[in-house]
Amino acid sequence: MQEVKRVSVREIVAERKSKKKLFGLFKLSRGKSVWENIIAVGLFACSVFSVLVTLGIIITLFSETINFFSRPEVNLWDFLTGTNWSPLSSSPGPENFGVRPLIRGTLMIAFISGAIALPIGLGSAIYLSEYASEKARKVLKPALEVLAGIPTVVYGYFAISFITPLLQRVLEDGLGINVSFFNALSASVVVGVMIIPMVASISEDAMRAVPRSLREGAYALGATKFEVATKVVVPAALSGIIAAFILAISRAIGETMAVTIAAGATPRMTLNPLESVQTMTSFIVQVSFGDAPSGSINGQAIYAVGATLFVITFLMNIISDIVLRRFREVYE
Amino acid sequence: MTASVETNGDFKENLGFRQKLGRFFNVLLLICTLVGLVVLTALLVDVALEGGSWIRPQLFTNYHSRFPEKAGMKSGIVGSLILIGLTGLFSFPIGVGAAIYLEEYAPKNWLTNFINININNLSGVPSIVYGMLGLTVFGRMFGLFEPDSWLVKAFNIPVAAGMQGGWQFDLFGIPGLAIQLPFGRSLVAGAMTMTLLILPVVIIASREAIRAVPPSIREAAYGLGATRWQTVSTQVLPVAVPGILTGMILALSRAVGETAPLLIMGAFTYVPFLPESVWDQFTTMPIQIYNWITLPQEDYRIHLAAAGIIVLLAVLLSLNTIAVYLRNKFQVKW
Amino acid sequence: MLADQNSNNHDIVFTTKQLSVYYGKQLAIRDIDLEIQRHKITAIIGPSGCGKSTLLRSFNRMNELIPTARVEGKVYYNEKNIYAEGIDPVSIRRHIGMVFQKPNPFPKSIYDNVAFGARINKYQGNMDELVERSLRQAALWDEVKDKLKDGGLALSGGQQQRLCIARALATEPDVILMDEPASALDPIATLRIEELMEKLKQNYTIIVVTHNMQQASRVSDMTAFLSIDRSSPEARIGILVEYGVTQRMFIKPEKQETEDYITGRFG
Repeated sequence: MQEVKRVSVREIVAERKSKKKLFGLFKLSRGKSVWENIIAVGLFACSVFSVLVTLGIIITLFSETINFFSRPEVNLWDFLTGTNWSPLSSSPGPENFGVRPLIRGTLMIAFISGAIALPIGLGSAIYLSEYASEKARKVLKPALEVLAGIPTVVYGYFAISFITPLLQRVLEDGLGINVSFFNALSASVVVGVMIIPMVASISEDAMRAVPRSLREGAYALGATKFEVATKVVVPAALSGIIAAFILAISRAIGETMAVTIAAGATPRMTLNPLESVQTMTSFIVQVSFGDAPSGSINGQAIYAVGATLFVITFLMNIISDIVLRRFREVYE
Repeated sequence: MTASVETNGDFKENLGFRQKLGRFFNVLLLICTLVGLVVLTALLVDVALEGGSWIRPQLFTNYHSRFPEKAGMKSGIVGSLILIGLTGLFSFPIGVGAAIYLEEYAPKNWLTNFINININNLSGVPSIVYGMLGLTVFGRMFGLFEPDSWLVKAFNIPVAAGMQGGWQFDLFGIPGLAIQLPFGRSLVAGAMTMTLLILPVVIIASREAIRAVPPSIREAAYGLGATRWQTVSTQVLPVAVPGILTGMILALSRAVGETAPLLIMGAFTYVPFLPESVWDQFTTMPIQIYNWITLPQEDYRIHLAAAGIIVLLAVLLSLNTIAVYLRNKFQVKW
Repeated sequence: MLADQNSNNHDIVFTTKQLSVYYGKQLAIRDIDLEIQRHKITAIIGPSGCGKSTLLRSFNRMNELIPTARVEGKVYYNEKNIYAEGIDPVSIRRHIGMVFQKPNPFPKSIYDNVAFGARINKYQGNMDELVERSLRQAALWDEVKDKLKDGGLALSGGQQQRLCIARALATEPDVILMDEPASALDPIATLRIEELMEKLKQNYTIIVVTHNMQQASRVSDMTAFLSIDRSSPEARIGILVEYGVTQRMFIKPEKQETEDYITGRFG
């Protein structure tokens, strides 16, 4: 236990007096408040700095994007609607810069990882919130946090060292279905595991916020524990749970290293998760890893793709915020 | 468990079935909770098996080499440590300053609201975008210091051309306070990129720590005539410091594991030297691990990568243990 | 302690025998012997912290929601011990409704609030009729009949409490337990609840915990007075001091302690 440092009245008065003298030397009448104001302004600047960061992101992404689309080899319409992404071709034109395969790769992985993480995460949240004893929670919650703290490059490694061989063994050897070494499913599995803690933690917070009195009311009507959890608590916490889902999917969309390592770099318009795909993020890594000069077409293309990525995740975060605010259940 | 008191015809109750259903889902939900743990265990076991035997002195004393038996991650380890130190140095004042302002000073107006929303949004931006931001703003500085930029022409700035180009000068003319613009692929650029990345986390964690200080402490100080900064610096902050430090360490441990932003910003993967100044190029542990994963030889992509991961996880574990220890030791119980 | 009227003439709904409740090692109430009569309002009064709510919750096994709670003794509901081995607490609660101190409607529509208990218990009849019937019995129908789809939380405090009563009635219980049902309400809403209780006792048995003695004397037929066991006051164990017909107890109580409490000398 730490002792709180108490400032005695005498100390405060003495400090005030001494400051007055100091500033009195320089003949400033409101000595103390100048110093206070300087501090306040400094702290305010720190807060405004965060706004500058957002501005920086927007300016960076969109100024370079504009540079990209000013090039004669590309145009915006083909970028947004084209289904061929082959920026490394020898004579690139608008038909090589259709971003849709990248979006499809990203969304496919996000969708599958969501399909894994959302039910499991919600199930964990229900268990931790409604069923687990205090002792169990003390062990299980930190364990889930550990899962969230593992770096994505480690998940990427796990995908190709364990998951992909497993998939190949089960699907190829077992069922005769072809699984390429780089495939979207392997990446989706690890990304799914990666975002389980996010879903679980936010959903659980939402469920624990539901007042006890609601549960009691349901029990008093003759409901079983499972019915109380699913028919009263989860519906009451729904806005928080949905916000959790959206945030987790947003995170999966922005995920980079695991998909770069496991899913490969083959942009294609496919719905088959057993093939190699490329996501928006892994394209950006591919170009940077290859050290393209910043003025080159690919060096600028990454900004256009990055801007697309930013817009998508930004919109999702806004939607999640609205859901939380607009539909927040009022209990009292 | 199924004997009930009495039922009348209108209510079928069906309690036996409902209880069985409940028990079934009880097990199912427990399985959900354990799935994550099972995968975590599989991951740790996999990494330990593949990389355990490759934890040797060479891993720490050597640079990356063409020969797997000689390869090590010395530059990555040192790079990561220096980078984290710098990142902490930059992000601490700004993050804690913003947190103090938002919790203790900010009036409830639209501007404060806007700042709050902004910070929340920033925490949801993918890390790779921060890399691009770092590349443009810190790494290249919008090309302002290239030989043919308008700025260089207008002010006749002596820039060197080429890769290591840019404007090198001493701050205030003091040798030793060398500055290099743009920051290029240096540790400074990397640290500033990571600072921006973890800034929202630092702000949010610090705000929570400050908010946890009971209002009565502030009221007592104000009641004695203390000014706002006096109250904050002498009463609130000392109590909030453990929480702030814990949040800081957790944010830094997140930064240690990041790969993509640094790759984008231009950190190299092969750095056969240790950085001597903050303006030098660098690499980090995750980048070296990623590099090894992409190499075709099994010794690199399976074994050395796993060994590198073990080292990385060990560093993370230490950081997190320190954070938890701090939190438990200094948690003031109200 | 038995009612001092000829209990053979009255139908008994609950009989408790040596009922004691522990929270962990802490004994909350001890050796309560009580008979609750059908179609009567029984009030449980006493100073705060002496276990009135604990006693009330023993009747529908709601104490068990607290993990450390332990019940000893027997509680007979229609001559069956509800604490016997093998009895599922969930099965009892349909028959014994409960209304809480602070109104706690679900964040659902008024209709869904009332229908909730019936749906859980797989009601086979016409739900619309059941909902209307329950709302009428709770004297709320006229005020909400046009807005059944509106949220239950949009109602005023008094209306919410009547909604909770309707919700409890929808499972067609024969007992209603009320834990200080009006203490969170304004005087007018309180009065409506008390009028409601008078009407309801024709069809239901009501047990109400109240710290408001005037309310107890106004509304109840029988009164049970719970207080701290004076032989070990630090342990704060609740015991049944006196139980009898309300009119008589308030005018001429048998025990000095009862008189002290009623006249406000303590508590």
